[in-house]
Amino acid sequence: MLMLEGKKVMKHFGGLVAVHNVDFGINQGEVVGLIGPNGAGKTTLFNLISGSLPTTAGEIRYKGEKITGLKPHQICKKGVARTFQSAQTFAGLTVFENALAASLFGKKRAISVPDAEREATELLEFVGLSTVGAVLARDLPIANQKRLEVARALATKPELLLFDEVMAGLNPAEVARAMELITKIRNKGITLFMIEHVMKAIMKVCDRIIVLHHGSKLAEGTPEEITTNKKVIEVYLGE
Amino acid sequence: MLEVKNLDTFYGKIQAIWGVSLRIDEDEIVSLVGANSAGKSTLLNTISGMLHPASGSVEFLSRRIDGLSPDAIVELGISYVPEGGRLFNEMTVRENLEMGAYPRQTWKRRKESLEQIYQLFPFLKARGAQLARTLSGGERQMLAMGRSLMARPRLCMFDEPSYGLAPLLVKELFHFVKTLNKQDITILLVEQNIRHALDIADRAYLLENGRIVLEGPRDLFLQNDHIKKAYLGL
Repeated sequence: MLMLEGKKVMKHFGGLVAVHNVDFGINQGEVVGLIGPNGAGKTTLFNLISGSLPTTAGEIRYKGEKITGLKPHQICKKGVARTFQSAQTFAGLTVFENALAASLFGKKRAISVPDAEREATELLEFVGLSTVGAVLARDLPIANQKRLEVARALATKPELLLFDEVMAGLNPAEVARAMELITKIRNKGITLFMIEHVMKAIMKVCDRIIVLHHGSKLAEGTPEEITTNKKVIEVYLGE
Repeated sequence: MLEVKNLDTFYGKIQAIWGVSLRIDEDEIVSLVGANSAGKSTLLNTISGMLHPASGSVEFLSRRIDGLSPDAIVELGISYVPEGGRLFNEMTVRENLEMGAYPRQTWKRRKESLEQIYQLFPFLKARGAQLARTLSGGERQMLAMGRSLMARPRLCMFDEPSYGLAPLLVKELFHFVKTLNKQDITILLVEQNIRHALDIADRAYLLENGRIVLEGPRDLFLQNDHIKKAYLGL
C-alpha cells in the first residue's frame, strides 16, 4: 500500500498556479527526492501535504486516510513531520528547549518531563548538536538551525518525514555527514520525502526522484533515469 | 581596498573572532571558506558594522570604518547580503529594490540602477508588484543581491549566495558574480559551495574556530591537502 498518495493536487495563489494536477505516491520505507527549479512548487507541495496551506483541489491520503483539510498539528500527530526551508525554530529558546518542546508534543500517549528531557538529549546527540544545547536557537548558523529542525521533527516520532532542503548551506564534508544521518533515519524505518538541490546526495540516498517544473510533474524515475533525462538537464541540471 | 587588522569580536561573552587580519585589493574576488560556526558570518557582520569589534581595526579605502553604523558603511560603498537575504517580506519586489537605494547619492540614480539590475535578473521586473514573501527560495536570493546593488557599491560581501539554489542557478550565480567583478565591483564571498567559490576566486582565506589558518591564491587552496580532505570531501 502507498504510504502517501496525492491525486490531481492543485494549489492556486490568486491567478498563479503553484501546483498543477500533481499525482504522486510514496511507498513505506522509500526515500524519494523532490527536485526542480526554484519556484517550481516544491515547498508549496510540502505545505499542502503537511496542512500548512489548504489545497485548491485534489486529494492527499496518508495510509489510505484522507488528510487534506486537516490542521498541521493533526497531520503531525498522525505521523507526518516536516522541516522548513527557512528554519522555523523557537528563536528565543535554547537548542535543548527547542528539542524538548517537540518531545513533549506529538505523542500518542503523554510523556513525562524527565523522559522528554532524555529523549531531547538523545536527539541532539543524534543530529550532532549536543555541544550547543545551551545556545539560543537564533544564534545558530542556518545549517545548524536546520539540524535542530531535524531533531524536532524526529521528536514527534514520525513514520513519514518531509525534509525541505536540510543540506542547503553545508560544505561537501558536511554533506557527507548529513547523508550518514539520512541513512541512520532510514534504518529506523522512517519513510523520507526530501526536497534537495545537492545532486550528489540526492543521487546516492534516493530510491526514486520526482521532478517538478512550473507546478507540474516533469519527470519521475530512478536517479539514473532522472540525471540522463534531457528535459531535466535543460530546465534544472544544466549541461 | 579593505584592510582588517587583528580583529577580535565577541557575541556576548563568547569570542567568535580571534585576531583576524585580511586584506582585499581593488577588483579582486576573495573567498572566505570554513565550516559552519567557524566565524565567517561574524566576520562579515563586523566589517558591515552590524557588530563592533572588541579590538582591532577595519579600514576601507584608507579610512577607519570600525565603529561606524551599518548605514554609514553602506554609504561609503560596502554592500552586504547577509545569510538568508533578509528581505522586507511585506513589501513588493520593486519596493525592496528601491530600499537598497536609500543612500542619498544613489537614490537619485535609482532608475538607472533598476534598469541595470533588470538586465541581470529580468524576472525582477516582471514580478515587480509581487510581495517578497511569495517568492521562492532562489528568487529571494536574487532579489537580495539585486537590492544590494541598488546602493551602487564598490565592495560587495555575499554570505552564502548559492544557498538553496537549483544546480543550474548555482552555475548562473557564480557566473553572475564574475560579471559583477568585471564591472569593477570587488567581491568578498562566503560560500559552503567551496569548489565553485575557489574556482572564481583570485585569493582565499580559511577560517577555523574564529582564526585565519590559511591564506593564499586559489591554486594553493585547491592543492592543499587539508582543504581537499576536510572541505572538498576528496
